[in-house]
Amino acid sequence: MTGAARTPVGGPRRAGGPAGSAHLSADTRARARELIALYPHPRSALIPLCHLAQEEVGWLTPEAMADIARLLDVTPAEVLGTASFYDMLHTEPVGSHVVSVCTNIACLLNGAAELLEHAESSLGVNAGGTTADGSITLEESECLADCDRAPCVQVNHRFVGAQTPASFDRLIADLRTGARAEDIPDHGTLVRVRRTTGLEADPSTVAAERAAMAEAQAGRAAAAEAAKTASEGVGGDS
Amino acid sequence: MAVTVAPKIVTSRLGHADSHTVERYLATGGYEGLRKALTMTPEAVAHEVDTASLLGRGGAGFPAGRKWAMLRKAPVTYLVVNGDESEPATFKDHLLLERDPHQLLEGVLIAAYALQVTQVFIYVRGEFALALERVQAALNDAYAAGAVGTDIFGSGFSVDVVVHPGAGAYICGEETALLESLEGKRGFPRIKPPFFPAAIGLYGAPTVVNNVETMSNLPWIVMNGGAAFAALGGGRSTGTRLFALAGHVNNPGVFELEMVKTTFSDLIHAPVLGGGIPHGRALKAFIPGGVSAPWFGPDRLDLPLGQDEVAEAGSMLGSGSVVVMDDHTCAVRASWRITRFFARESCGQCTPCREGSGWLERIMRRIENGQGREADLDLLLDACDNISPGLAWPPQQTTICVLGPSIPSSIASAIEMFRDEFLVHIKEGGCPYD
Repeated sequence: MTGAARTPVGGPRRAGGPAGSAHLSADTRARARELIALYPHPRSALIPLCHLAQEEVGWLTPEAMADIARLLDVTPAEVLGTASFYDMLHTEPVGSHVVSVCTNIACLLNGAAELLEHAESSLGVNAGGTTADGSITLEESECLADCDRAPCVQVNHRFVGAQTPASFDRLIADLRTGARAEDIPDHGTLVRVRRTTGLEADPSTVAAERAAMAEAQAGRAAAAEAAKTASEGVGGDS
Repeated sequence: MAVTVAPKIVTSRLGHADSHTVERYLATGGYEGLRKALTMTPEAVAHEVDTASLLGRGGAGFPAGRKWAMLRKAPVTYLVVNGDESEPATFKDHLLLERDPHQLLEGVLIAAYALQVTQVFIYVRGEFALALERVQAALNDAYAAGAVGTDIFGSGFSVDVVVHPGAGAYICGEETALLESLEGKRGFPRIKPPFFPAAIGLYGAPTVVNNVETMSNLPWIVMNGGAAFAALGGGRSTGTRLFALAGHVNNPGVFELEMVKTTFSDLIHAPVLGGGIPHGRALKAFIPGGVSAPWFGPDRLDLPLGQDEVAEAGSMLGSGSVVVMDDHTCAVRASWRITRFFARESCGQCTPCREGSGWLERIMRRIENGQGREADLDLLLDACDNISPGLAWPPQQTTICVLGPSIPSSIASAIEMFRDEFLVHIKEGGCPYD
């Protein structure tokens, strides 16, 4: 899966300029521009863009990171530098379903270690590995904040409730046959998180409002101060 | 038993399956608090929050009103909402984000008005895919209803809100790391001083960072007044609070309880709350406020759920998550797993935390696996002391942020409370619970 020529990270030095050979889909690039417009500084859109790009194929290819760099006017190394910090962003290929088994304290107390052991043997991979058919990547994860349904499992970051070894095997079978494709599509669902409007409060309106409000606020503060001074003058001992 | 009949302030809609929809929200008094706030002066709204004495619900417990007051003198540029809930066994913001996103938005808009902020970012943990969908959908509906955007509800106040996903890093719950992440960078905490968000926050501008639960309380406070909120609870711990109960209990879940009035024993054993420990087993220990908190034994069960009460007893109420361990729990294994969590999540900036967490994890693991040495106990405490000198509570700090000083809590607690258990592992060459 990895094989083919990889763009060396860090080069070309600055990837600005025309998007000659874009790897991201036209839709992703259009959405990227919508996202960038939401932030005072384009780089803030880096993580949202990584999510969108990742959900195209399941992981962040060097080509996708180069595209993101171009869109944000940063270097590909800066994109990798950020992406490699975060657990959800994969800079190596993963299966179409990333199955996360939490083994942190609340789940550990409820049989998570045994569940993970079962998952490893039934899938034939260790945590961190991907099945030979490329369908499942098994992850041992930290707390996913669903602790009243322990041991907690997520597939592509959708919660699937507490699992037993038997229900886990059924879940995997369903994922493989596509029976869960509706609620747990391949590669994740953050692509569904979509704003229907851009920013509405334009800077000139906001500036005018702010000036008016600051003036009103200063007036109220002065009045409060005057009232305080007056009452101190009456009741004070100086 | 003291489960009071306090009003449900942030969980009132959760009985409805459609609690996340704008229809349900509007049918249950939604956005009335915002409408009311917009008829008040910003100072008056801030004053109500100050009167409520609402302590931040993220973990540090800093009064929200005071946090705002620090900023009212100079204009605030950004309001950032911390929805990056990742403290192990804490799952209350997850619930609020997924089940009542409009309540959060309304609180956020009230705060924005009080602070006169026109740009808000809601940072939601990336793993909360459904919550992100719902918060964004709620925001879309709120824009359509005129509650967000230009001239909201005809008030002459304009504000934009952006929902921003995280990407999986515990450290981003730390407010300065969260800001770095929001700027598109690795989640490296910034050193304070000088980088207090109130002074130098997002993009270097003055920024208020508040937690999801904190914000979700605001609609009720505006509607009912800060005094009504302050009348609930006791001492500095006013109002109600969400407690996330997990581990060895029959009925784990999130419970909204009046502060101070309920004890840990009530929370764990009351039939309407935790429902006791399964299989008729006894309590071995519990963690009162997230895995960064020192553990308590059964002798502390009668302690009330109050911030100062828990602090005086030598731990913290922290993020409001309580983990129950029964008497079949291996203390070495439990504290090892917590240590491994910190080792994995250390951002790597500061040597004591980066190196210390890894060493501690390896020593703990070898003890659990039966390869420990008796000198390991002193070695563990010595390494802990390097991260947090004196192993005092509240902890001393040798690092930029509090992740490092949080690491020793579980290790020191386990050794102090269950030293014999460590020695059995070492002498018998294995875990007696296996």
